[in-house]
Amino acid sequence: MTIIERPSTEVAIAGAVPVGVKPSEALGVFKRPAASSSWRDWVVTVDHKKLGIMYGVAAFVFFLIGGVEALLIRLQLIAPDGKVLNADQYNQMFTMHATTMVFLFVMPMAAAFANYFVPLQIGARDVAFPRINAFGFWCFLFGGLFLNSSWFLGGGADGGWFMYAPNSSTLFSPSHGVDFWTLGLQITGIASLTGAINLIVTILNMRAPGMKMMRMPIFTWMVLVTQFLLLFAIPVITVALFLLTFQRSFDATFFDVASGADPLLWQHLFWIFGHPEVYILILPSFGIISEVIPVFSKKPLFGYPVVAMSGAAIGFVGWGVWAHHMFASGLGPVSVTVFSMSTMAIAVPTGVKIVNWIMTMWGGKLTFAVPMLFAIGLVTQFTIGGLSGVTHAVAPSDTQQTDTYYIVAHFHYVLFGGAVFGLFAGFYYWWPKMFGRQLSESIGKWNFWLMVIGMNMTFGPMHILGLQGQPRRMFVWTEARAGEGLFNFGFWNRISSIGSFILSIGILLFIINIFYTHKMKKGALASNDPWDARTLEWMTDSPPKEHNFDVIPQINHLDEFFHRKYEQDSATHSVTQVHSADEVMAELNAHPDEHIHMPSRSYWPILLALSLPVIGYGLIYNRMLMAVGVAMVLLTMFGWAMEPATSPDEDFDPPESGDTHAKELVPHG
Amino acid sequence: MAESAIAHDHGVSHGAHASSTGLSNNKMGMWMFLGSECLLFGGLISTYMLYRGRVSSGPQPNNIFDIPFTSVSSFILLMSSLTMVLAVSSAQRKDDRNTNLWLTITALLGATFVGGQVYEFTAFYREGLGFTTSLFGSSFYALTGFHGVHVSVGIIMLMALVGMNRNNRIPGDKAEVVELIGLYWHFVDIIWIIIFTLVYLIPS
Amino acid sequence: MSTATTHEEATENHEVEHHGLSDKQYIVIALILAALTAIEVSTYYVDFGPFFMPTLLILMVIKFVTVVSYFMHLKFDNKIFSYLFYAGLLLAIAVYCGFLATFKFFLKQG
Repeated sequence: MTIIERPSTEVAIAGAVPVGVKPSEALGVFKRPAASSSWRDWVVTVDHKKLGIMYGVAAFVFFLIGGVEALLIRLQLIAPDGKVLNADQYNQMFTMHATTMVFLFVMPMAAAFANYFVPLQIGARDVAFPRINAFGFWCFLFGGLFLNSSWFLGGGADGGWFMYAPNSSTLFSPSHGVDFWTLGLQITGIASLTGAINLIVTILNMRAPGMKMMRMPIFTWMVLVTQFLLLFAIPVITVALFLLTFQRSFDATFFDVASGADPLLWQHLFWIFGHPEVYILILPSFGIISEVIPVFSKKPLFGYPVVAMSGAAIGFVGWGVWAHHMFASGLGPVSVTVFSMSTMAIAVPTGVKIVNWIMTMWGGKLTFAVPMLFAIGLVTQFTIGGLSGVTHAVAPSDTQQTDTYYIVAHFHYVLFGGAVFGLFAGFYYWWPKMFGRQLSESIGKWNFWLMVIGMNMTFGPMHILGLQGQPRRMFVWTEARAGEGLFNFGFWNRISSIGSFILSIGILLFIINIFYTHKMKKGALASNDPWDARTLEWMTDSPPKEHNFDVIPQINHLDEFFHRKYEQDSATHSVTQVHSADEVMAELNAHPDEHIHMPSRSYWPILLALSLPVIGYGLIYNRMLMAVGVAMVLLTMFGWAMEPATSPDEDFDPPESGDTHAKELVPHG
Repeated sequence: MAESAIAHDHGVSHGAHASSTGLSNNKMGMWMFLGSECLLFGGLISTYMLYRGRVSSGPQPNNIFDIPFTSVSSFILLMSSLTMVLAVSSAQRKDDRNTNLWLTITALLGATFVGGQVYEFTAFYREGLGFTTSLFGSSFYALTGFHGVHVSVGIIMLMALVGMNRNNRIPGDKAEVVELIGLYWHFVDIIWIIIFTLVYLIPS
Repeated sequence: MSTATTHEEATENHEVEHHGLSDKQYIVIALILAALTAIEVSTYYVDFGPFFMPTLLILMVIKFVTVVSYFMHLKFDNKIFSYLFYAGLLLAIAVYCGFLATFKFFLKQG
């Protein structure tokens, strides 16, 4: 039985307070929040697992909002002369759809998995900076809500997700939508930056003993690469967003062509951020399926070091390809050639990964459980998107495709068929670990097939529409100009719109599956290791305890858990199971660690994050409110600074000698 | 604003759980943050380099810069790096009195620099260079203003540090906290080394 | 048991020496930096001809690296810190030079 010592709810005895330091009552405003089981615990929590779940829930809600926006777009285009939206609403809809899906769904959902599983996979009890972790989540949530509050305050942003100048200027976009967009993304950017620092330090510094870099699970590797990309890409978009804010709010001239500005400045800054961003979106999903495929093939990942290093290579080369988004902007032949070549080069490490996944499955004992289906779905659908991507690398062909539906088809295959399928593989794979129940396999299969059919019906026809010349952001089409026969705009637009509804039913089934599993209690209770998996996160309870592991394991192998369960005969190379998962855990936990100090709960992360939207609203509506926001930031930072991350020993009730089960100690286990 | 949050975070010592690399979480986080800041200032400097010659109205850069004045304020900021390093060194010797003294001097030198910048901005404004006058104006004020905000945040952190140190309210390893804020301060100084050369000394 | 192995792991990479210079050495470095700044400023008064730009850029780099190496202790600290910082710095230089190159910025200068 392990004892976790927790901060006492009572004030520490005066004599026990360390000399000079009185951290528990920072500024005398708040007492340190104590553990409780109510909703308040979620507000003040610094537990990476709870934060991971909150990231996931919030991101999924934004996914549904973004999905409704997508459906409205497809409804508008289902028939000629669509009347569902007017041109202005249509502009807002596609801008907010893309922004929501990229910044408020895929990125935070990857952050959800990273937060929850990276510490478990490397054998840590929490992240390096638990309060900053909490701060990051609240920044993301408040930034996202701030951004979406524009719907009720004069309409959303309407310049397209890359918000090219001069469309983003007050002249062409007079509503406050773009202001909400810049400031909202600025706030979520803080979330990404702090999250990046936190996760990198966690991965570099908090690995279990023996967990060398080349023994880390591939998901952790891909998270590491992703966070480095975020660390260096976020400041670039920060600059661009600041310049745009200065232009819109303080009449600066950065993108004002009349004063001699170069509109390409924005395009460069945006895409210097924007291209690493697409790898930020896809690499976590690559990591997820690199975990799933070996488990369901009963084989180790083929070429583990190659997969890890090709991920790093993608991250590195990803910095040298940004201008391929701008081939049609008149960069000049030298720039176009250079960026065209680097773009073709980056396809190589991606191709290497696809080969590795296929070689992992080759000759394996495949089980087609739902996580595996989604993983295979990613491999196939992403490859289609990757191939159409290579056609963009060829600059002359790209010039033809720029701003047509062909581009829309391409990035939905890589983003939906790639990133989103990977995330769904993650949902089904890790669900039993996170929530202790198995999602229904039969509903899951329906969920998968409807999503595959739906996405191919939705996005497949867009290749044809694009090559036929349908512009990317056209808000109506007319029968008169729709063309003939197989290339009729109307026919393919209708197929696409019907497909989007099939896709939605697929996603609805996922929600139904959750209700079926949990509300109706139909899902089987999960064992600790339901998939016979290979990595550390399965070597603990489902769901894990607050402190993750009773004993931090000593790591001797890549796929440590697998090696504890199985032994290989050196002569015949046959693998036999020598221990069950429960036996492995029983052996590990025979002598649990005592006196585990978990980081203490805090009010400051949510309060500091809450001050940021105040500054945002202040900048848009009232400069006095902005001053209030700045004051709140300063005050909360002082409070934060004076509070130690972990309450010192003196804040805990001392264990009474001989009796480790004293009343304040909460037994776990 | 993330910076001071990081600077002030004192990490987690999970009992006896030492870090895999043997290095401090906080210091590693701070260095990463500074690496990330390179891309922030890089973007602002590049924007300025692109736009410095684009003057549709108002004064040209070469006519407006007061090199002797800026040289003095640059020198002051450079010397504040010396006093900062002396503060760190005192803190490592656990010499509280000298730590506070050098931190205060550093903050005062920083404040002198910011004061000089305010004076410079006012002078430029009187000579007809507003934030919206030209691309040169917008990008110049954005770059140097961002730097000035960084210095000001540094001053606030230094003063807070002195105040907390006096009341013995710095949680965790005091020398490390001083060192982390020192790293931030030196970074702001080296950015100014670049700005002073590229913006002021090399004419467009 | 687990604590013992943790300690082994920690000492694997641990730098024990307490880094840094003496206060006197810091003052010497500051004086050198001041002298370099004086040379920089002198380019405003004295005509350096073709050496103008190279002098300024080289001095800038020397001052930058000196502050980073000595005042920020990077020279004496664990290499990981250097990698993290210089990764950001070099990436910034590479990316933004590429960015300015697409505007033919360097051609106009030369």
